[in-house]
Amino acid sequence: MELRTLESVPGMALFAVTTFVVFHFALDQNTVSGQEAAGILWVTLLFAAMLGVNRLFVADADQGGFDGFLLAPVDRGALLIAKAISLLAYLLVLELVAVPAFGLLLLGPSLGQALPGLLAPLVLGDLGVAAIGTLIAALAVRTRARDLLGPMLTLPLLVPVVIGCARATAPLLQAVDPGGLPLRWLATLALYDLVFGLIAYAVFDFLLED
Amino acid sequence: MRSPSLRALSISTVAAFCVALSLVFFYAPIEAEEGFLQKIFYLHVPLAIVTLSGFVIGGLMAIAHLRTRDQRWDLRSYVVIHMSLILGVAVLVTGSIWARASWGHWWVWNEPTLVSFLIVFLLYATYQPLRFAIEDPERQARYASVFAITAGAFVPLNFIAVRLSASFVHPRVLGSSSNLPGPMMLTFLVSLGAMALLFATLCSYELAAKRTRILLKARSRILGFQ
Repeated sequence: MELRTLESVPGMALFAVTTFVVFHFALDQNTVSGQEAAGILWVTLLFAAMLGVNRLFVADADQGGFDGFLLAPVDRGALLIAKAISLLAYLLVLELVAVPAFGLLLLGPSLGQALPGLLAPLVLGDLGVAAIGTLIAALAVRTRARDLLGPMLTLPLLVPVVIGCARATAPLLQAVDPGGLPLRWLATLALYDLVFGLIAYAVFDFLLED
Repeated sequence: MRSPSLRALSISTVAAFCVALSLVFFYAPIEAEEGFLQKIFYLHVPLAIVTLSGFVIGGLMAIAHLRTRDQRWDLRSYVVIHMSLILGVAVLVTGSIWARASWGHWWVWNEPTLVSFLIVFLLYATYQPLRFAIEDPERQARYASVFAITAGAFVPLNFIAVRLSASFVHPRVLGSSSNLPGPMMLTFLVSLGAMALLFATLCSYELAAKRTRILLKARSRILGFQ
């Protein structure tokens, strides 16, 4: 569906790049490194992801995709998994654009060195955002103030993901003497993803009953 | 759930609070470092524990609602979360006062318990907007329950994540209760019990009020008032 309309992903990518520009002027710095860089990267990715989360179920809710799905003889969990995978794909495309743009525009130390280490927190963070984002998107889409409620619900739930990702990435983006990947944070992230993946799968059925 | 009578609950709450407060002021020794200020500990910590338990209990009740499809469980879950949210404001205020008094700032970021509590509070602050943005009562109950379960599971996880991220400056109460001297421990436990009773009483009042309102609506519909 996204491939046909190209509604969310280009918007998310553009938003991320614009946010880097905003950060450049707001912080009045040409390059950033360390914890600051990790923070900027993750805040930008998070807010860009929020745009995608908000749009995730809108087409289904407005054009009767839910009804069509409920008529089909498949497990309801399949819809969650399908949507989570598509959100994950959005996020990966977003990062494909945003991370090099970040390296080009703001990051002081070279991106090439940090890139292999960046992959793990990026993927784990994406999984967390995909699980929680899909659940909350389904929860918020059929409420009155859905554009407002979606981010309001998602942001606090994703605070631990941001903590984990930002802390895990910070040593990699250090200007001098970049450190290794802190495994403790990756373990925390993985645990968080696992728990919320299971919760989302367990409660998702109840959102689709009518 | 057959709730104990409101009168008995109220009376025992008042009695427990009298005992707890007199213990706090006349029995518990003045703490050596913080002096009299440390007394707020007997208010703040029980409040926080009761509030967080309330959130988790609300989540468990939401599970019961989704399993049994009994609307009364949803009502209970709603009331418990509602009350916890109100007490949560008190936790933030007392925590802030305590932080100001003992560390000199109204807000301390490297204090994991305070920060995670704020995050949990912000999350639950969206419970009611979510609930009342859905018109259909049955769907409202279902969606609110889904939220309550997710958020209930989030409470402990969030505490783990935030605690990992920061240094320890908070007086560890639960982990290190052994270094709390006997009289203080006793006072703390009595305060905790009193606070739990207060919470139960407030919840049953609110539940009774809600049930009466629902009943009243149903009756007046039968009688033809709208």
